[in-house]
Amino acid sequence: MLQDKDRIFTNLYGAHDPGLEEAKKRGAWHLTREMLAQEPEWLCNQVKESGLRGRGGAGFPTGLKWTFMPKSVGDRPHYLVVNADESEPGTCKDREIMRHDPHLLIEGCMVASRAMRAHACYVYLRGEYIAEREALEKAVKEAYEAKLIGKDNVNGWDFDLYVHHGAGAYICGEETALLESLEGKKGQPRLKPPFPANAGLYGCPTTVNNVESIAVVPTILRRGASWFAGFGRPNNTGTKLFCISGHVNKPCNVEEEMSITFRDLIETHCGGIRGGWDNLKAVIPGGSSVPMVPADQIMDAHMDFDTLRDLQSGLGTAAVIVMDKSTDLIQAISRIAYFYKHESCGQCTPCREGTGWMWRVLEQMVKGEAHHDDIDKLLDVSKQVEGHTICALGDAAAWPVQGLIRHFRHEIEDRITQYRAPRALVQGHTVAAE
Amino acid sequence: MSDDLFKLNIDGQEVEVPRSYTLMQACEEAGAEIPRFCYHERLSVAGNCRMCLVQWHGAPKPIASCAQTVGDMRMNPDGTPPNISTKGDYVEKARNGVMEFLLINHPLDCPICDQGGECDLQDQAVAYGRADSRYELNKRAVEDKNMGPLVKTIMTRCIQCTRCVRFAAEVAGVEELGMISRGESAEITTYLEESLTSELSGNVIDLCPVGALTSKPYAYNARPWELRKTESVDIMDAMGANIRVDAKGDAVMRIMPVINEEVNEEWLSDKSRFIWDGLARQRLDKPYVRKDGKLTPVNWGEAFEAAKGALSVAPEKIGFVAGDLIEVEQAKAALDLARALGVQNTDCRPAGANYGKSGVREHYLLNPTLLGVEEADALLLIGTNPRLEAAVWNARIRKAWLWNDLKVGVIGEAVDLTYDYEHLGDSPDALKGLFNKDSAIAEALRNAERPMVIVGESALAREDGDAILAAAHDYALEIQAIKDDWAGFGVLHTAAGRVGALDTGFVPGEGGADTAAMLSGDMETLVLLGVDEADLSKTSSATMIYVGSHGDAGASKADIILPSAAYTEMVATYVNTEGRVQMTRRAVQPKGEAREGWAIFRALSDVVGKTLPYDSADALREVLREANPIFAGLGYAPGHEGADALKAKISVSSDGVSKAPFTAAIGDFYMTNPIARASKTMAECSLQKQGLETAVAAE
Repeated sequence: MLQDKDRIFTNLYGAHDPGLEEAKKRGAWHLTREMLAQEPEWLCNQVKESGLRGRGGAGFPTGLKWTFMPKSVGDRPHYLVVNADESEPGTCKDREIMRHDPHLLIEGCMVASRAMRAHACYVYLRGEYIAEREALEKAVKEAYEAKLIGKDNVNGWDFDLYVHHGAGAYICGEETALLESLEGKKGQPRLKPPFPANAGLYGCPTTVNNVESIAVVPTILRRGASWFAGFGRPNNTGTKLFCISGHVNKPCNVEEEMSITFRDLIETHCGGIRGGWDNLKAVIPGGSSVPMVPADQIMDAHMDFDTLRDLQSGLGTAAVIVMDKSTDLIQAISRIAYFYKHESCGQCTPCREGTGWMWRVLEQMVKGEAHHDDIDKLLDVSKQVEGHTICALGDAAAWPVQGLIRHFRHEIEDRITQYRAPRALVQGHTVAAE
Repeated sequence: MSDDLFKLNIDGQEVEVPRSYTLMQACEEAGAEIPRFCYHERLSVAGNCRMCLVQWHGAPKPIASCAQTVGDMRMNPDGTPPNISTKGDYVEKARNGVMEFLLINHPLDCPICDQGGECDLQDQAVAYGRADSRYELNKRAVEDKNMGPLVKTIMTRCIQCTRCVRFAAEVAGVEELGMISRGESAEITTYLEESLTSELSGNVIDLCPVGALTSKPYAYNARPWELRKTESVDIMDAMGANIRVDAKGDAVMRIMPVINEEVNEEWLSDKSRFIWDGLARQRLDKPYVRKDGKLTPVNWGEAFEAAKGALSVAPEKIGFVAGDLIEVEQAKAALDLARALGVQNTDCRPAGANYGKSGVREHYLLNPTLLGVEEADALLLIGTNPRLEAAVWNARIRKAWLWNDLKVGVIGEAVDLTYDYEHLGDSPDALKGLFNKDSAIAEALRNAERPMVIVGESALAREDGDAILAAAHDYALEIQAIKDDWAGFGVLHTAAGRVGALDTGFVPGEGGADTAAMLSGDMETLVLLGVDEADLSKTSSATMIYVGSHGDAGASKADIILPSAAYTEMVATYVNTEGRVQMTRRAVQPKGEAREGWAIFRALSDVVGKTLPYDSADALREVLREANPIFAGLGYAPGHEGADALKAKISVSSDGVSKAPFTAAIGDFYMTNPIARASKTMAECSLQKQGLETAVAAE
């Protein structure tokens, strides 16, 4: 269990003033000048050694990603873009950083920009995040006024930070759609390759990172890569913000050690499962896009990338959605399917057409109106969406459905059988609900 | 990008392709067929239909082959070339899935869809789709959009491939089409449901792989398999776009572009495409003679007798004027007849024009060629608006501007050409001192490897036309636009028949009068070869013989009308503005008693006792080729071979250029010739355009 002295986000709950003076007392902007004096290679190596994996969902090693940027600045400037379009249902970690610890983020942006030889950074903020924008803009203003950032600042690395407020589309959290949106176009993912590190924002080398990935960097550098690497299990290191929601006694956001077991996480911070552990039915461990894991498999699982991958799910954004036995899982997944149908950008065929189809079939299954062979059909449709699209939204829409069928197929079957039982004479035909 | 070769193993066959190829091109190189909807050679890659998926062994997902550059691919871990499969269960399953998704919300109304029979979706559904549908829910419906008089929309059929959007933005240069909303609700629409303000809007019909965008005038008229398809040449402008005329019975049902990379790529202007209903209206289908002030139908014999009477006056009182759409054969036969009669008053140029007299063909050709603009690095347009005068070529200029960084300067009206240019002045006076002018485009032209100086034909029909031609040519010499392998000077014509007529020598003979003189009222007899654009107000004292296909300005003034075939009704030679000799083919029979133009003059020559020495069109063409060998080179533009002829200065002083501003050569794009004026579709376009223009002006 993580001790208080090892917490990076010491003002996660807003108990203290997020302003510059208080933030400095909590450690922000300490030794920043010294960090910026280091070569980019050193910075990248430190982050690599810390084992930090991207906190936005995919878990790609952050330090490695930074090294994809060109080694010298040519005629095109480099950019850092911070993805603060936190829209994954269940996820609410980045907003707390921006509201309560914004200076850690700003400092992180500056250090990461140095590591990528960028002098400008854009923070793309989710449209619905009004208070977060105000808090972040206030902090940016403070930093400019204190000459911590800007031209000829005290830290010795020219750096400008722009906060861009999106319009509230989930797809704009996809890195290339985000870049399109930032450029003023319709937020639709781009074809890859070229990857942003070659041709990103305005065609220039760009790295897109999650808020949390960037905000933890200054502390990693201050306390040393090995300190950060000391938490968690190999390849899954560091501390992590978990957002626990659903049927726990005390839902919360908490910074914990990576690889903590699910049981410890819930017992320590959430006051246990509502109605006790026997009442646990399933958990979506990483935000709405990852497949659910049934109670018996998740209870003692380590909450990290590799363990959850082996459970055919994923850590995602570490938005843990806990569902007890009162949950209608079919209804829950149907609601998630509706979300993806609503948020599909409509650019490529499988996602545009498939998300709506999956949702509609699930709606029938919620009532039991479907046929038994619809289950296999739904699974097949989800496989036709998965992996066939330009971006990962197609996968994100397909996985929850696959998770449901994988683990709770019997519930769907029971529902259909129940619905059909009094209608035996019209088997084989869709019957309108009376 | 280095263009070394890259090895791939496609379906077990090793192929080597340039690194810049897409995987789709590589697969096609290997002989594999890749289905696609959104991909189009002439548009940017969207990669959104997902139909072109192939298997890359070792990759976690199927690859959209249209968007994968071969050079970006990795070798197998053991160093062997990447293995690609375009067949097999894996690929079939992927395509099958995409096809199923495309069809679940498609109305499947093929029996009432005009695209039926030539629909990509239909064809590929047969080849790659399932036999039945697993989708049992209600289909989505989309409201149709108003896109003006040319493009009919049935948007429920749309598969959101965005070809039309990309065409409008990239080729046509009007960002007025787009996709609104997202996900299932995504719809293609034009801005405020107006039609595109482009002269090329009809091309979206060809691009649309389904029946969402179809031709409005052609709606429910015919099925593709009923149509007789004849490849021919368009005469709506001087480009000579290659077309296919689709006919049913004796009616032309539609006109489509045919690919000719050197001329029209695969585009066609709206006028060329939708003119066809004009071929059925206002036609002169029998000879007429004016009796007691009224045109009365007569038989050919009577008409010829009347013509014989009119031609029996003194030769210096007879004039032959050729119009805009005249084919070479007719011009040649008419000219031969005129000379046989001793008539020197012959001209094919608009009133006021004096070019072509030097006998140097290169002085009236578009020597750098239409394709040449893609090699050019700087372009100067003088007194021409290519957007209206050669709409398809304008798209090519835009392409060069977009991709090759072509710099453009304009002397003339500052209109929207769909690309950026530097406006150097309204009048030819701006040519003076242009060489030393301190401006970006002047510098670009000075330093250009392959500069292009283009003069509009209408500029040459001004009083100072000769001086403008000389001044422009002088400037071209100054910037060294004429090299051994580059002839960067040319004239952009507006009339399809002009260059061909000039090549036959249809200019005033020894002491003969030109068009302006002939139309000034001195002639007793005027033979008008499809002359409808000239000012005929002073010629009422003359007996006028009109040879043409449509009852328009010329016919209404005529005393004798000899009906001739239109361009879709005959095999005929046209020479485009580059000097490219092309031939039309007969798609339908001439209307009524109309005859091919040359045959009318051949028959008339018999009546007047000056029988011309050819009995067939082939014999006439033999004579043509002997008189001018350029007619032997079919489909070929001389291009830089004319450079030598351009190296000498034009022996006219350029001092005469005036300060009078250039005026538009074409007032109404949709109404430039008698066929267009007879077309209901063109009339609707014209009205709509006027409506658009007033709306914009009112803002």
